[in-house]
Amino acid sequence: MLLDQAPTTPRRRPAAGAASGLATAAAEAAPVWIGVGAIGVGLGVLSVGSGFPWWFSPLVSLVLFAGSAEFLLIGMWAVGAPLVAVGTTTFMVNARHLFYGLSFPLRHVRGRLGRAYSVFALTDEAYAMLGTKEARELSSGRILWTQAGTHLSWVGGSLVGSLLGASLLRGVQGLDFVLTALFIVLALDAFKAGPDRVGLVVAVAAGTAALVLFPGAMMLVAMVAFGAAMVVRHHAGHRARPDRRPLGAVGA
Amino acid sequence: MRATAPAPTVDRSGPSVPDPLYLAAGLAVAVAVTVATRAIPFAVADALRGSALLADLARWMPLGVVVILVVYCLAQIDLGDVSGATARLLGVGVTVGMHLWRRNGALSILAGSITCVALLNL
Repeated sequence: MLLDQAPTTPRRRPAAGAASGLATAAAEAAPVWIGVGAIGVGLGVLSVGSGFPWWFSPLVSLVLFAGSAEFLLIGMWAVGAPLVAVGTTTFMVNARHLFYGLSFPLRHVRGRLGRAYSVFALTDEAYAMLGTKEARELSSGRILWTQAGTHLSWVGGSLVGSLLGASLLRGVQGLDFVLTALFIVLALDAFKAGPDRVGLVVAVAAGTAALVLFPGAMMLVAMVAFGAAMVVRHHAGHRARPDRRPLGAVGA
Repeated sequence: MRATAPAPTVDRSGPSVPDPLYLAAGLAVAVAVTVATRAIPFAVADALRGSALLADLARWMPLGVVVILVVYCLAQIDLGDVSGATARLLGVGVTVGMHLWRRNGALSILAGSITCVALLNL
């Protein structure tokens, strides 16, 4: 992982073709795309049910691409909530993203446009699928296709939900479980790659405490608490054992 | 962006939609805030580039973040709905078991999800 952080990697791996990037991305992400599409259907149903035209939720999904925020915002926009409230709510719901960019492997993405898109499309799913990977597993194509496929599924799901409306509510239940399964798999993989027991215990504790104390803002509170604990851990570790390199450190 | 949204002619039972200018502004605010939360940390990471703190955070954050996401998802399970909760918990069990056994992400996700969805729709 430390090797990841080298500011410049002069030799780049030969550019994999776009098609192979798609194949690699799909091999992992296809089930996620299905689940995201299914949740998008729910958004489309909600949007049309709130009185918006059929094209509204696909448009929002295209330009905003922020799942849980969209569910909240549809309700707020429908009643004409003040713009300040719209901005504040969006910030509270999406502030957890403030932690993703610190370690998202953006340096593997080629081109200004590609990097801009990658930042725009940095969702929970993208971070979970890509932020946990070793550098050698990542290519520009894989990163961008993983994100674009999720984006396309989200927009497509919203469109389908909008057009077919409530008749789909009686459809298949529980497709959102795909995301639970995804995060479980990624947590198991991340722990296997670097069995960081301290981090695991702190994350579970932060998540559980946030659930109990701040159920309405669990994700944000848990991420802030975890991030703060890791800053403390960093400083404590450096004072106590200045030369100790923790688990999984490859370089330096 | 289309400024001329056709006024809703069919009056459903639902509420009427606010005017297009408000919606455009509301969407613009949400997009600006969201893009900012996604882009700002990259600037922070640039400023911290090469620092030992950033290296430690980059090593510790991914596991912590996905574990918190798991805790969040599990907390959404409504234990009051016994059959729903059973289906989801069995889905969790199958996902974990399959992943410890075969270590194939897509396979584990599919097996767990099929278990959960099948039980929920029986």
